[in-house]
Amino acid sequence: MQIVPRTHISPVRATLAPVTAVLATMLICSALIIWAGAPVLSSWLFMLKGALGSRFALTETLTRSVPLIFTGLAVAIAFRSKFYNIGAEGQLYCGALAATYFGTGLITLPPILMVPFLMLVGAIAGGAILIVPVVLKTHLKVDEVVTTLLLNFVILLLVSYLIEGPWRDPMALGWPQAASIIDEGVIPTMLSKGRLHYGFVFAVIAAVLVWALVRFTVWGFEIKAVGLNVSAAAFAGININATIVRTALISGGLAGLAGVSEVAGLKGYLTLDLSPGFGYTGIAVAMLAQLHPLAVIPAALFLSGVYVGSDAMSRAVNIPTYIADVIVGMSVLAILVSVMLSKFRITWR
Amino acid sequence: MLDLLEIVVSTGFWAATIRIVSPLIFGTLGELICERAGVLNLGIEGIMTVGAMAGWMWVYQGGDLWTGVLFAALVGALFGFLHAVFTVFLGLSQHVTGIGITLFGSSLSYFVYRMLLPSATTPPKIVPFQTYRIPFLSDIPLVGEALFSQTPLTYLALLSVPAVWYVLYRTPLGLAVRMAGENPVAVEAQGINVLAVRTGAVMAGSAMMAVGGAFITMSAFDAFFFGMINGRGWICVALVIFASWRPGKALLGAILFAGLEAFQVRAQQVAGAAIIPYQFYLMLPYILSIVAMIFMARKAKYPHALLVPFRRGERV
Repeated sequence: MQIVPRTHISPVRATLAPVTAVLATMLICSALIIWAGAPVLSSWLFMLKGALGSRFALTETLTRSVPLIFTGLAVAIAFRSKFYNIGAEGQLYCGALAATYFGTGLITLPPILMVPFLMLVGAIAGGAILIVPVVLKTHLKVDEVVTTLLLNFVILLLVSYLIEGPWRDPMALGWPQAASIIDEGVIPTMLSKGRLHYGFVFAVIAAVLVWALVRFTVWGFEIKAVGLNVSAAAFAGININATIVRTALISGGLAGLAGVSEVAGLKGYLTLDLSPGFGYTGIAVAMLAQLHPLAVIPAALFLSGVYVGSDAMSRAVNIPTYIADVIVGMSVLAILVSVMLSKFRITWR
Repeated sequence: MLDLLEIVVSTGFWAATIRIVSPLIFGTLGELICERAGVLNLGIEGIMTVGAMAGWMWVYQGGDLWTGVLFAALVGALFGFLHAVFTVFLGLSQHVTGIGITLFGSSLSYFVYRMLLPSATTPPKIVPFQTYRIPFLSDIPLVGEALFSQTPLTYLALLSVPAVWYVLYRTPLGLAVRMAGENPVAVEAQGINVLAVRTGAVMAGSAMMAVGGAFITMSAFDAFFFGMINGRGWICVALVIFASWRPGKALLGAILFAGLEAFQVRAQQVAGAAIIPYQFYLMLPYILSIVAMIFMARKAKYPHALLVPFRRGERV
């Protein structure tokens, strides 16, 4: 068996890759549905209905896609330069911490300034936490996967300490949570009914900006070059270390924005369960989007739909909601194969 | 201050250290074998979860403990095979494959657990491994209590260190594995199938990781709950680097680490310790792992072919 690179990859083939990955994932997960004793086709239809079938479902899907778009972008841009940022979860919480610190009464600005201010501090916090792993990588060649991952646990413990201790909201009836974001800092909702907030608009704008950065600027070119071939990039005179640091800060900043949008837009206050794994799901989003910033939006919408729909599906046909996580994990594996098949041809001798 | 020193000389502390080190030994040795063969296995966290669930569920459904361990190892090897198909056979990104396997393995474990135990509000328990006091040796004052009064899986963990050392350094198979991670072209020149060696190494390593996970549900505790592994897998990856890919140093690093864990639990009980909130004690293992990696970073002698997929007949 030989794996031969294709000379020309048509755009159709490239867009087909995530579709085939999703279909393969659904096919394999159907085995789990059969094991649960539920009818396969109607289960998937329940999931579809739960994700898109009503006005409420649609707004929920859109709302839940906001952090996924941000973390998906964070992971996509990091992976592009082969900086494996698995710490998006921790960076998200850092952004939420910054938003809570500044947004619960410390500073008051008119809403038009307050919301962007919170987003700025959240992004800075998210990027700042990556300084240690990225410096370790550039100067000591320490693998960033483990450092970013372990920091997730550290940050989660820090959040736990803060909301159980000094930042605990005395008016929260004993429940460990931080004080609410002041009214000027809350991201307003877009519609009269439902939880959809303008964070979605910010996320889409962020996706477009990241796409423009990667496509049209020198920085974007350097990011791509470093990811594709480090030695060639260095030979061409690109400052590898500076590029990686830049990528890490942007990536962390985007993940931090996810945290801000959840705290200031959706929940209104910081809790320990703010993120049910958005940082890790963001990896699946980025992979399904094949690291393309604009494709992150449909990928995030898809996975968000899977999560929202699986709630409805599990209520209807008694399948554990973990099936959504299984779909996420399997789609990462499936997309690897699909992308390979789109770029290479397998010949049998 | 005296209280803290008292901890270090107490038998309870050392017994706890050896107990805590057992899953770390399995995980670190498993990852070490994979990386020595040239494959970074980031699926360790998922595979440990799978092993924890599989072994526990086998016993819960009526099997006995040792066949449960075997079953966990088998399931681990299966996930290792899946990893190898992606990374060794197809040469895909080892980082992303590993993360995918972690996500897939953990979620599948939780799914299967929920399927087989739908209405469990409090996690049901099994009868775990009991401590087995080795007749004569366990009566030695300090060492006896700590080393020879543990559960069978701990003895297995401690024995596996010299066993892995022997296979890696004193057998032709171990030589092939090490060479596959340093210079796979040389292995192929000997007529040995590099892909088979790497796949076998990843499967064996994953089986060990799964047993490490099974230790937690079948020996340390007696139930399975979500988030059990709690980052131990990633700590093992850091420990492999700290150990410079050598089994003996891996044991040392794991003991250092487990010692810190056992210490921080006890230090929290010491008078005056409540000044520092418990979360900061819990942070210590993760921070120390990062420090350990920094420490070894300069001198780290990576296996040369780590992360480099091998294609047959290719010239380097």
